[in-house]
Amino acid sequence: MTMLEVRDLEVAFGPIAPLSGVSFSLSKGETLGIVGESGSGKSLAAMSVLGLLPLSGGRITAGSIIFDGQELAGLPEPAYRKLRGGRIGLITQNPMTSLDPLQKIGPQVDAVAVLHLGMTSAQARARTVDILGTLRIPEPALICNRYPHQMSGGMKQRIVIAMALAADPDLLVADEPTTALDVTVQAQIIRLLDDLVKERDLALVLITHDMSVVAQTCDKVVVMYAGRVVERGTVTAIFDAPQHPYTQALIGCIPGAAGADEHLTSIPGTVPTVLNYPKGCPFHTRCAHMQPICTTDVPAFVSHNDSAAACHFAGDMK
Amino acid sequence: MLLRYIFFRALMLIPVSISISVVIFMIVHLIPGDPIDNLIRVGSSPSDRAALVVKYGLDQSIFVQYFRWVGAMFHGDFGTAIVLRRPVADLIAQNLPYSLTLGAFAFAFSSIVGIILGTISATTRSKVVQQFVRGFILLGSTVPGFWLALLMILFFAVQLQWFPVSGARGWDSLVLPVLTIGFGGVALVARVTRVALLDVRREDFVVLLHAKGLSSAAILFRHLLPHAMLPVVTILALRIGWILGGAVTVEFVFARPGLGSLLIRALGQRDYPVVQGSLLMLALAVMLGTLIGDVAQAMMDPRIREAKT
Ligand SMILES: Nc1ncnc2c1ncn2[C@@H]1O[C@H](COP(=O)(O)OP(=O)(O)O)[C@@H](O)[C@H]1O
Ligand SMILES: [Mg+2]
Repeated sequence: MTMLEVRDLEVAFGPIAPLSGVSFSLSKGETLGIVGESGSGKSLAAMSVLGLLPLSGGRITAGSIIFDGQELAGLPEPAYRKLRGGRIGLITQNPMTSLDPLQKIGPQVDAVAVLHLGMTSAQARARTVDILGTLRIPEPALICNRYPHQMSGGMKQRIVIAMALAADPDLLVADEPTTALDVTVQAQIIRLLDDLVKERDLALVLITHDMSVVAQTCDKVVVMYAGRVVERGTVTAIFDAPQHPYTQALIGCIPGAAGADEHLTSIPGTVPTVLNYPKGCPFHTRCAHMQPICTTDVPAFVSHNDSAAACHFAGDMK
Repeated sequence: MLLRYIFFRALMLIPVSISISVVIFMIVHLIPGDPIDNLIRVGSSPSDRAALVVKYGLDQSIFVQYFRWVGAMFHGDFGTAIVLRRPVADLIAQNLPYSLTLGAFAFAFSSIVGIILGTISATTRSKVVQQFVRGFILLGSTVPGFWLALLMILFFAVQLQWFPVSGARGWDSLVLPVLTIGFGGVALVARVTRVALLDVRREDFVVLLHAKGLSSAAILFRHLLPHAMLPVVTILALRIGWILGGAVTVEFVFARPGLGSLLIRALGQRDYPVVQGSLLMLALAVMLGTLIGDVAQAMMDPRIREAKT
């Protein structure tokens, strides 16, 4: 059952449009990975789904976001507030700064169940302790009386996950949930999210710039570059036979992976910013296979097995 | 944790008080002239004068005088006014309530109105309201208090006769002095509140608060304002000293009794014990204000509570 379907999404901040033509879909119990170097537009896609673009002055200028059959683009704020935290949970990048430093952990998590499930604060607290326990946080009742600065980054990220789960959502959006954490903790958090998807039949949008995380946990992938989707498909199809040179380059940077280039840990060059998005194929400025047509025409998607790539020469290259 | 913090913070007041008492004593004794000139009758002989100098201990070395003063204070004795011929403690006790009332109202006025104005200007979408508050802040931070006092006396007291021109009889006599002292404070507090709110609104955790589905109002009152209050408390604590300093001139302009009036009169007469006593009271009030501010901040922010102990 399709939980989330994003179609031809375009986002603008005043005259600039950092996101355009973004489409993807995802069902219950599935994990969709959104990958791309930083600046590709992954966070904007996440903020669009949560209806939080207005916070930074952005808005959706085209396309639609269908969540469980309901159109979210243009949804009035009061209705959106019920979904946020209620049916859609968000996990952000930096747990060090994602909790209110002046409040104890307990009340910050309780607030969600009080708001969305109509619980009293005592009921909400019992629920909080319960959820913290299932997230493998030791001594959950004690933790509730702690302040954020008294906890490690990994613990804080679990608290953030607990807040996202507190009202039993159907969809979780995790924007680089492990980027700010130690490597060992990263693996734990990813496994935790993976388990949650299976246990609770959640739909998870997992944003990351780590291709190996995608390979381990995701069912589907969307590869983004310069505010556009350049390739999408099932994990198997994309890792078996990546069609877009950008996807190939990303996979080439996974240390130790099949087809990895030993000398490469990152793709040479940088992602263009919104102020100088290239004409034609967004990747042509860094592409080894660039041809004249790439500088003028935006490539259409070409399907290949269970994936599709926006490249003029998809399928021709190996 | 909090008690420990308060204890250590209060302990720090001891060295500060000692240095302040030294400075006050030195400054007072460095002012040219002495109180005896205001005391002796015209035509008294030099020996009469010498007797008075001895009587008030002014012939002793400055060190002896200092330690006598401090020593007596430990017994609650602030000395006797040389010109007014009454115990300094009595004079202070008589005048202090007027200054405290004025200060407390001015403080409450500037903090309450300032916080409300600052919050409105940081949250409203209306450009007109924003411009109005900004203009007010600019005016309040640049117009000198005494000039404002004179304007208000001319307009509200002389022209409209809504409030008395001077004195301290009845509550209505408080209005103009409170407005005078509080006006600059309102502007300052409004500005600090506004900037702090705009700052904290950009923090990461605010995105997550919205993602929890909280309304903007809930986020403002439960999360943003408590953060914004941290710098406001700091500025308000410093403001206590400023308000008392302001009270000194404002009491003078409005001819109100109070510590300020007492101090200014005593200064004119070189009445050392009175000047010392009232200055010390003012300094004490400033120190207490800072202490209260720090403690309030520690109560609000767990990170401070821990860092300092
Ligand atoms: N508030 C904003 N105003 C203007 N441009 C923005 C804003 N937020 C992001 N962008 C631009 O959108 C592009 C994508 O940003 P983002 O979604 O944060 O990328 P990612 O999460 O993949 O690192 C970047 O070029 C960035 O400069
Ligand atoms: Mg991002």
